[in-house]
Amino acid sequence: MTESEARRILGAVLATVAPEADLDEVGEGETMQEAMDLDSVDFLNLVIGLHERTGIEIPERDYPELATVEGCVAYLTSASA
Amino acid sequence: MDRQVIHKPVGVGETPNMVDYVATRAAFSWDAAREALAGLPGGRGVNMAHEAVDRWATGPRAHVAALRCVDRAGRTEVVTFAELSNASSRLANVLQGLGVAPGEAVFALLPRGVTLHTVVLGSLKHRAVFSPLFSAFGPEPVRQRLALGSARVLVTTPALYRRKVAPILADLPGLRHVLVTTATGPAPEGATNLDELMSGADDRYVIGPTDPEDPALLHFTSGTTGTPKGAVHVHDAVVAHLETGRLALDLRPGDVWWCTADPGWVTGISYGVLAPLLQGVTSVVDTGDFDVERWYRVLERERVSVWYTAPTALRMLMQAGPDAPARHDLSHLRFVASVGEPLNPEVVMWGDEVLGRPIHDNWWQTETGGIMIANYQCMDIRPGSMGRPLPGVEATVLARDARGRVRRDQRGDPVEAAPGAQGELALRRGWPSMFRGYLGEEPRYRACFAGDWYLSGDLVIRDEDGYFWFVGRGDDVIKSAGHLIGPFEVESALLEHEAVAEAGVIGKPDDTIGEVVKAFVTLRHGYEPSEQLRLDILGFARRRLGPAVAPREIAFDEHLPHTGSGKIMRRLLRARELGLPEGDTSTLESSR
Repeated sequence: MTESEARRILGAVLATVAPEADLDEVGEGETMQEAMDLDSVDFLNLVIGLHERTGIEIPERDYPELATVEGCVAYLTSASA
Repeated sequence: MDRQVIHKPVGVGETPNMVDYVATRAAFSWDAAREALAGLPGGRGVNMAHEAVDRWATGPRAHVAALRCVDRAGRTEVVTFAELSNASSRLANVLQGLGVAPGEAVFALLPRGVTLHTVVLGSLKHRAVFSPLFSAFGPEPVRQRLALGSARVLVTTPALYRRKVAPILADLPGLRHVLVTTATGPAPEGATNLDELMSGADDRYVIGPTDPEDPALLHFTSGTTGTPKGAVHVHDAVVAHLETGRLALDLRPGDVWWCTADPGWVTGISYGVLAPLLQGVTSVVDTGDFDVERWYRVLERERVSVWYTAPTALRMLMQAGPDAPARHDLSHLRFVASVGEPLNPEVVMWGDEVLGRPIHDNWWQTETGGIMIANYQCMDIRPGSMGRPLPGVEATVLARDARGRVRRDQRGDPVEAAPGAQGELALRRGWPSMFRGYLGEEPRYRACFAGDWYLSGDLVIRDEDGYFWFVGRGDDVIKSAGHLIGPFEVESALLEHEAVAEAGVIGKPDDTIGEVVKAFVTLRHGYEPSEQLRLDILGFARRRLGPAVAPREIAFDEHLPHTGSGKIMRRLLRARELGLPEGDTSTLESSR
């Protein structure tokens, strides 16, 4: 998976969890939860959606790596490599 | 009924504050408990903030850590009792300088952290009424509460200001000052820089005379219908915060306390801020979000000894498996308690097996101000039960008629349910942290009482040994991740979407967060159900209400069930959702 594919998938899953949120509003280093006003249940649903969409197993201990947009994209691309 | 019991060993480990529940209960009086308060110097009354910080600020605990604030990166900032006392005095002087009068309302829309503690305590010192807002609220719930509470001052962060306050500022003419915590740069348009005001303020403040019955805290909660209700608590509630910390949570000097509740809700103030300070113990304040690994790390590194958390979080930890706790040294942990929604027995047992400590469920509400029914350190646990009433609190189960109202005898007095029978949990009025009113809504307040009994709205069973067991809510209020959500508030927001003609909102049972908010909507003529429209309505509701209140699921339904008078029958919607026979809704109350 390329970075742009990963970002597109993230955007697609986000649109089902929090349709009002906009990935482009998240600055580098900012957590998605804070920047887009997601709560922890949203975040969990986001991770579950990413797993369902890509088949990538995401264990709990890796969740912090997915907190930012760039972290999420990097995780998906390396996990699918 | 579950008959599993976790027995407490006798004579092993430290002696709890309460050794014998029955004897303590028999000897207890609130008047005697009040003698443990310091009181304002010169007999000028009782003020929560004096009891929480000022009384320690000049004694041997002055330089003990009151707060250990852990940031996202794991760095810890220590604030001593003396420093917290000084900071809250500066805040009180800031309020004074802004012309805030005692009795006026100061709101905070803040995450956990030193500022929140400072604002709570500074407002109390100034004898203003402090009211917290949940930072996962959207602009509409924020606006509604600020308006209902006649907010004079709001303290928030620049980011929350931009997203949730600026859009509604024009609708709040009574809100005179919005203070934002900005260490760098000017405050945004419409707001004032709190840090600048604080740096120019004196750190000495003499608390004015405070009658124990003076209002201190305003906590909003939700009912089945109508607007949110503002439960008013007085300074005397501090006695209950003190005693529940001692008896129900077994707090004592030298403890490290961690309450994970958000300060936007009553638990985050009564137990996140006040109770540990009243005992003079150190609180861990974690400013990060929930994360399994982080949480175990905080427990280990901060050497947390008493931990107060919530079923949703505990269930998430349980689902994450035993590997994470096994990697951490949790040997400092000696007491774990939970509140917010009923704790299922599996989680109590999981705590016993995996954390090495059983989890002590307890029960209380916004209106009760503090813990009312609990599992205590000295008492065997019956997993799944909320425990027994606090010493000083009389609880009972009242019988209900077919329409869900408390049954009365010929004299009009409420009738108690037979032992083991389901009924409404009620508390005899008179405990210090009982709410003294719903702001501006006397009829709604009166409706909460039957004679001397406060009606909780929760349906319970009491077993033959006096343990209480939660059965379900007696109304349509939704409990999601420990937060009460009024279906009416959600329905009203949905109706503002151009495509929505009607909406019915229910709590759908969920294994992790208790209930999820689910909305059924009927579309206006000319609109067709589609996935795109569903997401559009979902996004619309989330923007207005915020993630904590907005529905997580929306379904189109062209045939919402109505009563004869045209009201949507949420109970029937819930029956449909659960696949129960629609004609028989009597089992609904036990369906969670």
